[in-house]
Amino acid sequence: MKLFPILGGIHPEYRKELASEKAIVALPMPVALYIPLQQHIGAPAEVLVNEGDLVKKGQMIARSGGAVSSPQHAATSGRIKAVTDVTAPHPSGLPQTTIILEPDGKDEWGDLPEPITDPFTADPHAIHERVAQSGIVGMGGAAFPSAVKLNLGTQKKLEILLLNGAECEPYLTCDDRVMREYPDEIIDGARIMAHALGTARVVIAIEQNKPQAISIMTKAASAFPDVEVVGVPVQYPMGSERHLVQAITGRETPARKLTADLGVVVHNVATARAVHHAVRFGRPLVARVVTVSGGAIREPNNVMTPIGARIADLIEFCGGFSARPESIVNGGPMMGQPLASLDAPVVKGTSGILALTAEEINDRPTSACIRCGNCVTVCPCGLSPLDMAAFIRKDNLDVAAKLGVMDCFSCGSCSWVCPSHIPLVHYFNYAKGVLNDLERESRKNERIKSLAEVRIIRIEKAAEAKRAALAARKPASDAAPPSTGGEAKAATEEKANT
Amino acid sequence: MSATSIKKSGPFAHGYNTVQKTMFLVLLALAPATAFNLYLFGWPAILLFAITISACVAIEAGCLALAGKPVKATLADCSAILTGWLLAMSLPPWAPWWVGVLAAVFAVALAKHAFGGIGQNVFNPAMVGRTVMLISFPVSMTIWVAPHPLFSAGSPGLFEAFAITFGGHMPDTMSAASALGYIKTELSRGIAVTQSMGQLPDLMDMALGKRAGSLGETSALLILAGGLFLMFKRIISWHIPVSMMGSLFLIAALFHAIDPARFTSGTFHLLSGATFLGAFFIATDYVTSPVSKLGQIVFGIGVGLLTWSIRNFAGYPEGVAFAVLLMNSLAPIIDQYTRPRAFGRSRKGEPLPLEKKP
Repeated sequence: MKLFPILGGIHPEYRKELASEKAIVALPMPVALYIPLQQHIGAPAEVLVNEGDLVKKGQMIARSGGAVSSPQHAATSGRIKAVTDVTAPHPSGLPQTTIILEPDGKDEWGDLPEPITDPFTADPHAIHERVAQSGIVGMGGAAFPSAVKLNLGTQKKLEILLLNGAECEPYLTCDDRVMREYPDEIIDGARIMAHALGTARVVIAIEQNKPQAISIMTKAASAFPDVEVVGVPVQYPMGSERHLVQAITGRETPARKLTADLGVVVHNVATARAVHHAVRFGRPLVARVVTVSGGAIREPNNVMTPIGARIADLIEFCGGFSARPESIVNGGPMMGQPLASLDAPVVKGTSGILALTAEEINDRPTSACIRCGNCVTVCPCGLSPLDMAAFIRKDNLDVAAKLGVMDCFSCGSCSWVCPSHIPLVHYFNYAKGVLNDLERESRKNERIKSLAEVRIIRIEKAAEAKRAALAARKPASDAAPPSTGGEAKAATEEKANT
Repeated sequence: MSATSIKKSGPFAHGYNTVQKTMFLVLLALAPATAFNLYLFGWPAILLFAITISACVAIEAGCLALAGKPVKATLADCSAILTGWLLAMSLPPWAPWWVGVLAAVFAVALAKHAFGGIGQNVFNPAMVGRTVMLISFPVSMTIWVAPHPLFSAGSPGLFEAFAITFGGHMPDTMSAASALGYIKTELSRGIAVTQSMGQLPDLMDMALGKRAGSLGETSALLILAGGLFLMFKRIISWHIPVSMMGSLFLIAALFHAIDPARFTSGTFHLLSGATFLGAFFIATDYVTSPVSKLGQIVFGIGVGLLTWSIRNFAGYPEGVAFAVLLMNSLAPIIDQYTRPRAFGRSRKGEPLPLEKKP
C-alpha cells in the first residue's frame, strides 16, 4: 500500500522493550473499585445504584447522561459501599463523584444483553445501541464515546474504517500486546464496526516498531479481503487521528472538520476488541489493558485491570517503585497527564501508568530561546511554536490565536526538541484554556446582550401600548373593558420575543 | 496567573540536545579550519585569536554581572566563545591586540547584551564587531599578510609575534593584498579582471586556503568539511548555505558571461573572501536568521545577491559581513511572511475546502 508523508514529527526514545515482551496478566481483584461517573468526553453518567446495593459483574450502575455520554458498569460482583467524591485521575487531583464497589470475590456476571447472533446482517442501529449500552469509549486515551463515532455513517458517506494500532507514544505497549494476543477479536470487532459504519474497507495501521503485531494481525486478517494491515513509519505523532489519515489516504483533514468528512473514521484497536465483546457476548467494557512502565517501576507489565482499580494497587502489583519517581504519568510520556495522586482510579481511557525517573524525563532549567527553529521543523501541525510562546509569555493571546495556537493538539514534539528546554506545550495549554474561557464568556455575554436588548424592546413596546391604551381610553368613558390594554401588551411581548 | 507558576504539563520526555551542546558542536566544526589558518598565519594570529576570545568571554561576564543575570551558568552555554571565535576568524590575521578587544566590545556588549543577551540580538554579534571596526579603523582592518606557516622561514617567532600584536611593529614586507581587494584596486586603475586575475593564486590554492585573507576564512575546503559535519549533526540545514552560495554563484556567473573584463567568475566569488565561512557559520546563526525553511532560503538568496552587489559596486571589496547584517535586519519580517502552512489550513489561515472524494 502506498503511504503518504506527514509533516514534522520526532523520534523519541521509545523504551517499549521495558514491557513489550510481557504477556497480559490480570490484576488480582482489589479490595475496592472506584468507578467515576465521568470517564469520557461528554456529560457524566447518572447513578443508578444506592449505598448497600448488591450488584453483579457487568451490571449497569450509572446510565448515560446525554447524547454524548456513556454508562458505567460494575467491573465485578459485590456491594456498593458508597457514592461519594474521590480523587479523579486528573492533574488537578480534584475529586469527582465516584461509585465505590466492594468486590465479593465471586466475580459473577449478571444478566447480560443477548449476543447479536449475526452482526453482519443486523441493523446498524442495533450495533450502535449495543455499543452505547456497553459503555464503550475510545480506548486510545481520548475516551470519546464510541457509539457517537459509529453513528457517523448515518450522516456521512464513509469509505474506510481506520483502526489505529500505531501506538506512537513511547513506553506504551498495551495495544501491541492486545494485537499480538487477541488479533481475531480485534478483526471481528473491526468488521462489525465497519458494518455499522457502512464502510467497505478496514485498514489497520501499525507502526513498524511492532513487527510481531504486524505479522500476527496480517495473518489474522488474511481471511478477510476487506481488511488490510499496514505498517506505518515510526514517527511520533503518527497515531494522531488526522496524521494517520493523511499517512494512509494522503488527504489532509481541513481545520474544524472531522476525518469523517473525508470518509474515514478512526478507532483504536482495543476499542474494536471491546466492540467484539459487547456484540458477540453482550459484555460491557469493565476492564482494559494498562501498560505499567517506566524506569522507576520494578517490574513493568501489561495488566488487564478492572475499571476502578486504584493506580496504587496497579503499581503495587508491578512490584512497586525501584527508584524515586520524578513524575507519575497517566498515559504516554508525550501527551499523558501528570497524576496528582496514586489514589485515583484506572478509567476507560487509561492506556498507561508511567513512573519516570528524573533521568528519563531529562528536564532542565529553561534558558533563553536561541531561535534554532527546531520547533518549527518538527511541528506536525505546521505552526511556529517559538512565536506563539513569545506572545503567550506577554499574555498577548489574540496574536497567539491568530498564529494558530488552537490548532495545536499538544503532541509535545516542540517541547521535546527544544534545546533551551522551554515548556512550549505548557504555554499552549495555558493559552488554550484562557482562550476557551474567553470564548465561553463572550458567547455568554452575547446571549445576555441579545436577551437584554429584546427585554428593552419589550418594555418599550409595553409602555407604548399602555400609553396608546390610555390615550384611547381618555376620550371614551371609564367603562371601557380593562382587558384591551393587557391584550395589546401580550401581543407586543410576543412580537418582541420572536 | 502566569503560565509558569503551576507544575509543568507534559511532555515527560525530552531530547538530549542543549544550547551548550549545539554551540560546542559548532566550535568543533570550526576547529579544523581554524587550526589550519593559525598554522598558516603563525604566532601573531594565535595571539590575536586568544585575545579576541578572552575579551569576548570577559565582556560577556561583565555584562551578565551588570544585568544581574547568572554569570557562570550563562557563560557555560559557550555562546561568548563562539562569538569570539567567529569574530577572530573575521579579523586580519596580524591585527594588533586592541583591534580584537575593541571588536569584542562592539560584538558582545553592543550587538548582544544591549539587546538583551543571547537570543535577543537582531544582528550577528561577530559581524557587528567586524564591520564597526572596518568602518572605524579602515587601515588597521585591511592589512593582509601572505601565508607564513609556523616554523617556516620568514614566519615570526613568538617574540616577534608579541612585537607585532602588542607593539604594533608590522613588518612592511609581509603585507599582501586579498584577492577581492586586489581585483577591486586594479579595476579602479582601469585594469581588466581578465588581466589582474593572472596575478592571483590559482583556484586550487584558493580552495585549500593558501591565500591572503582574514584569520579564519581562507580554507574553503576545511570550512566546507566543518559545515557538512554540522549538517550531518543536524545543527544546520542545507537551506542557507546552498541558497546563499547558489545565488552568489549564479549572479556572478551570469555577469561574468556578459562582461568578463569587468566581472569575476562565479567560482572566484565562491572561493574568495568569507563566502564559505559566511555561508556555513555566519549566515546560519540561529538567532539572527529566519526559523522556517522557506524563510531561510529567502534569507540565503538575499545574502548571496547582496554580497555580490557590494563586492562589485560598493566601496568595500568584501561584502559578506555587510550582506549578512542587512539580511539580519530583514529576518523578522521574512519570518512573518514565510510561516509554514498550518495543517488543514490554506496559507491565509482559512480552513481548507473539503475536496471531492476521488
